[in-house]
Amino acid sequence: MNDTITMAHGAGGKQTSELIDRVFKKNLSNPLFTADDASVLPRPNGRIAMTTDGFIVSPPFFNGGNIGKLSVCGTVNDLACMGARPLYLTCSFVIEEGFPIAKLEEVVEAMAKTANEAGVAVVAGDTKVAGKGQVDQLFITTTGVGELLPGVDLSGANAKPGDAVIVTGNIGRHGCCILLARDDYGIEADVKSDCAPLWKSVEGTLREVPNVHVIRDATRGGVGTVLYEIAHQSNVGIRLDASAVPVSPEVRGVTGLLGLEPLYLANEGTLVIFAPQENAQKLVEVLRRQPYFEDACVIGEVCDQEIGRVFLQTEVGTETYLPQPGNELLPRIC
Amino acid sequence: MNEVVSRAVDIIRNTKVPPLRIMEVCGTHTHEIFRMGIRRLLPENVDLISGPGCPVCVTPVDYIDEAIWLALEKGATVCTFGDLVRVPGTKQSLQTARGLGGKVVTVYSPQDATEYAVRHPEEQVVFLSVGFETTAPSDCISVKNAIRQGLKNYSILTSNKTMPGAYRAMKDSADAFLYPGHVHAITGTGILKELCAGGVSGVVTGFTAAEITTALATILTRFAEGRPFFENCYPRVVRDEGNPAAMRIIDEFMEPCDAMWRGIGMIPASGLRLREKYADYDARIKFDMPKIEGRPNPGCQCGRVLQGEIKPCDCPLFGKVCTPEHPVGACMVSGEGACSAFYLYDHPGK
Repeated sequence: MNDTITMAHGAGGKQTSELIDRVFKKNLSNPLFTADDASVLPRPNGRIAMTTDGFIVSPPFFNGGNIGKLSVCGTVNDLACMGARPLYLTCSFVIEEGFPIAKLEEVVEAMAKTANEAGVAVVAGDTKVAGKGQVDQLFITTTGVGELLPGVDLSGANAKPGDAVIVTGNIGRHGCCILLARDDYGIEADVKSDCAPLWKSVEGTLREVPNVHVIRDATRGGVGTVLYEIAHQSNVGIRLDASAVPVSPEVRGVTGLLGLEPLYLANEGTLVIFAPQENAQKLVEVLRRQPYFEDACVIGEVCDQEIGRVFLQTEVGTETYLPQPGNELLPRIC
Repeated sequence: MNEVVSRAVDIIRNTKVPPLRIMEVCGTHTHEIFRMGIRRLLPENVDLISGPGCPVCVTPVDYIDEAIWLALEKGATVCTFGDLVRVPGTKQSLQTARGLGGKVVTVYSPQDATEYAVRHPEEQVVFLSVGFETTAPSDCISVKNAIRQGLKNYSILTSNKTMPGAYRAMKDSADAFLYPGHVHAITGTGILKELCAGGVSGVVTGFTAAEITTALATILTRFAEGRPFFENCYPRVVRDEGNPAAMRIIDEFMEPCDAMWRGIGMIPASGLRLREKYADYDARIKFDMPKIEGRPNPGCQCGRVLQGEIKPCDCPLFGKVCTPEHPVGACMVSGEGACSAFYLYDHPGK
C-alpha cells in the first residue's frame, strides 16, 4: 500500500477497501458499524437530540489534540450542552491527495479513543479524496445523535435575571494554541488546547444539580460571543466580573503581546453555564470534582437591565460594555 | 482595586477644576480609556477628546489609492499591517482590491515583508510604511536589511509621520494634552518641554490603568494651579534623551517632508520620506508613480473628530451607515480609532 493518499483511495475499488480495513475498521469497529449501506440502530427511550459540525482546523495537529479528537469532541459537546447522552456518531472525511496515511491513522486513532471516552459509538462513515490543493489536508464532518436525560430542560432562552454565570475552566486555550501553531507571530509559549469530550463531566454534574438553565460550549467566538448570544436569546442583560474570568498566565501573556481579548478566543472543552444563584455555590463545588472542570468558577450574573448587552466592572471601578464580537481581530499597528 | 489606581481615582473624582478639555493624542490611549470606562470617572466639566495619534486614521485617502494602484496597475505584492486593509480609498479598499486580483498580504512587521521578498524573488514586494516615531525605526531597518541582502524586489511606500508638527498644529484644540509614552520613549521629552515653555500643558504617560489615571489626576491637580505644566508620569520608559540609537537610524535613512494628515491637512515637516540615496527602495520612485489625488467620502466627519471638534456620535453617519462592519471613515476601521472605540464601548443603540 502507498504511504500517502492517492485518488485511487477514493475511487471505491480495491485501494478504497484496503484503506477502510487498515485505517478505519481497525480503529472504529463495533457491532453497530456494519458493511451495509446504512446502520440499523436500537431506538433510544426518550427524546433525542441531533447535531452536525464540520471541522477544518489549520493546522490539523496541535498541542493537546488533532482534528480527529476535535471532530468527536465538538459534536459530543454540542449534544452534552442539551443534556443529551451521546449515542451514535457518523463521520465523513474529505482527504487531500498526498496526505500521509500514517497521519490519517493518527487522526482516526484519536477519534476512536475520544469516542470511547465519551461513550459514543461511531456507526457510519464516508471517505472522499480531493485533488491536491482542493482541500487543506483533511476535512472531517461528524453528526451525532443523543438521548436527553429525563427532567433536564436546557436552552439558550432559559437564562433568568438573578442567574449566576459560570465557566468551567481557564478560557481561550484552544484559540491561543491554534494561533501559536500557525506560527505567524514567532511567539513560543506552552499553551495546550482544552479540547476534551465533556459528556461524562456534564452528566456527573446534572445528576447532582439538575436545576441548570443554560449550558453552552464556548467554541468559535469564545465566551464573549456566547454571553451575547444568551443575552439576546433570553432577553436579559449580563453583568460580568472581569477580574473573576479565569485565564492561564500563558494565555494572558500571549494575548497581552498580540492585543487580543481571551474572551473572544475559541475553546473546545470549556462550557458556559447559567443556573439559579441559590445553586451556584454547590454547582461550582460539583463541577470542580468532574474531569476537565477543576477551575470552574462564577464570572458574572444575569440582570434585567441593559437587555441584550454584556457589561463589566473595570479595573478603575466604572462599568463599560464588553464590545460585541465582530470582525476578525487584527493585530495592532504600534 | 490597585492602591495607586484607587488614589488617582479619588483625586480625579474630587478635584474641583474650571471647565477643562484634555486631548489624548494617542490611539492606544483612546482605546484603553474607553475599555476601562475612564471617561465615566471624570467630573462633568472635564472633557476628554481624541486626537490625531492613530496612524491609520490620519493616513490620507490618496495613500490608500496609491497602494491600490501598486497592487492593481503594477502587479506589486502589497505587504501591510492588518488595520490598513479595510480602510476605504476613493473607490475601494485594499480588501476589495484583493478581490479584484490584487495581491495584498497581511504581515506583522516589516521584517516579515523582507522575508516574504526573499522567499518570492519573482514578485515585487512593497511594504506600507505607516506610523509614528515608534514604527519608523523598524521600517528603516527593513531597508537596511534589504540592502545588506541585495534584495532587488523590496521597497516601501512611506506615509510615516512625526508628532512635533502635529502638536504645534493642535496646540489650541485643548487645554492640556495626554502625550503618548511610546513615541517619547523614542524622541525624548525635549519637544514637550519646549511646548510647555510656549504655554502648552501636558503629561506623558503609559497605557495601564495606574498610568493613565495617575496622569489624569496630575493634569487635574496641576491645571487647578493655573500655570502651564509638563510632567513625565512614565519615567520607567520615557527618558529625557529618548532612544538616540532609534533616532539615529531614522535620521540615517529618512528626512523630514511636508505631510498630509487626514482631517487636519498639510503640516509642514511632519512627515518622513526615504533619503535620495535610498531612492531604489522608495516605491513612488521605483514604480514611477503619477500624482494620485484621492477623494474622501464627503459625508465622513473623521477630520472634525480627529481635531476634537465633534464627538463620533455627532457625525450623521456614525452607527447608521458607518459601523465597524461597514466603515466609511478610517476612525471606524482602526481598533485605535475614536469612532470604533466609541461604537464598541459606548454606543447605546446596539
